[in-house]
Amino acid sequence: MGTIVDARGLSCPQPVLMTMDEIKRMSKGEIEILVDTDTSKENVSRAALSKGWTVKDVKEEGEGYRVTIVGS
Amino acid sequence: MKNFFASRWGIIGVGAFIGILAPLLQKWGNPGNMGICVACFERDITGAVGLHRAAVVQYMRPEIIGFVLGSLIAAYLFKEFRARAGSAPIVRFILGAFAMIGALVFLGCPWRALLRLAGGDGNAILGLAGLIVGIWIGTLFLKSGYNLGRAEKTHTSVGWLMPLTMIGFLILMLIFPQIQDQPQSGVLFYSLKGPGAMHAPLLISLVVGLGVGFAAQRSRFCTMGAFRDLILFRQPHLFYGLLTLVVVAFITNLIVGQFHPGFVKQPVAHTMQLWNFGGMVLAGLAFALAGGCPGRQLFLAGEGDGDSAVFVFGMIVGAGFAHNFGLASSPNGVGPHGIAATIIGLLVCLFIGFTMRKRA
Repeated sequence: MGTIVDARGLSCPQPVLMTMDEIKRMSKGEIEILVDTDTSKENVSRAALSKGWTVKDVKEEGEGYRVTIVGS
Repeated sequence: MKNFFASRWGIIGVGAFIGILAPLLQKWGNPGNMGICVACFERDITGAVGLHRAAVVQYMRPEIIGFVLGSLIAAYLFKEFRARAGSAPIVRFILGAFAMIGALVFLGCPWRALLRLAGGDGNAILGLAGLIVGIWIGTLFLKSGYNLGRAEKTHTSVGWLMPLTMIGFLILMLIFPQIQDQPQSGVLFYSLKGPGAMHAPLLISLVVGLGVGFAAQRSRFCTMGAFRDLILFRQPHLFYGLLTLVVVAFITNLIVGQFHPGFVKQPVAHTMQLWNFGGMVLAGLAFALAGGCPGRQLFLAGEGDGDSAVFVFGMIVGAGFAHNFGLASSPNGVGPHGIAATIIGLLVCLFIGFTMRKRA
């Protein structure tokens, strides 16, 4: 189980900011980010890739998505 | 389904699309370097429904209607329509009002700042510099925990209120079309001279608006976000779209003979550089605190975001204040109370930024 970042309901750029903070804090491992718009899903994935992390999985969940990113 | 528009080539394509169409809209009748200007066009709508009575800026701009409805269509087609609301609506309204006031001190939204630059208007450089400074201040707040709080999922009808308003505006325009040499048609006001009297044919404006709304919803095009992401994350994704818009609009202007370099006598522009700069600092800060440029707020409203819709209505009310109280600039320079309004707006934005931080 990785860390979970709940960014549902937050507007741009909060989901990315929260993801970046978590990436900085953990430096490696697995982070699950909960978002509720397609824009946030794309932005969070793009931000993770720019930090050298990989997007392991994007699952539809409830009204949004659960994005799992991995850093090694 | 993979969203091509969200890729690098997607955002570049959308920038090019807007970069061609905006100067062409000018060619087809819109005012100088104002093929598309979200702030100016919302201001004209404010005038069309009589919320201000500045005779030269009254027209129900079909581009704005198209932006919202194009975004709505894209959101439904790709199953992205999500009705949501409840994230500090009063703050978003006030930010919208002051964003409009700042934009009207400069005379243009970020889109028009880029189009003015692409048309050779040197004053736009000061406006863009102000915009970047405003956004930079906004990123400092974002870094220190500024946050407007969460929106919640809500009834579908809430998300429909802005699109329905725009459909209502379109119906009004069809019921009360412009009558030659008449300043009024039924409940709507029309300019006989000035920028409000200059417009492309209704159907063309509407179709272009729908196309831009559709493409911008898919690509998440945002002129404020372009600078913000670059400053905050060193991420150039949106910036590629913005850069393409300027370059393509510049080339299109050259081809159709609309490039006129210089600072003086530029269309719908003034040369009071401190306030070209200051107005856009205010607008940029307000956009950054609200999370999107005025175009982006329209596209978000089209995909069901009630808080963005509140921002848009804030801009419309702000345009009313701007023209009723002499805050808006004209080619002669800033309005009699434009400077005071800009300073008050900056203080209000700083108040919002400082007091709405989680880790304050």
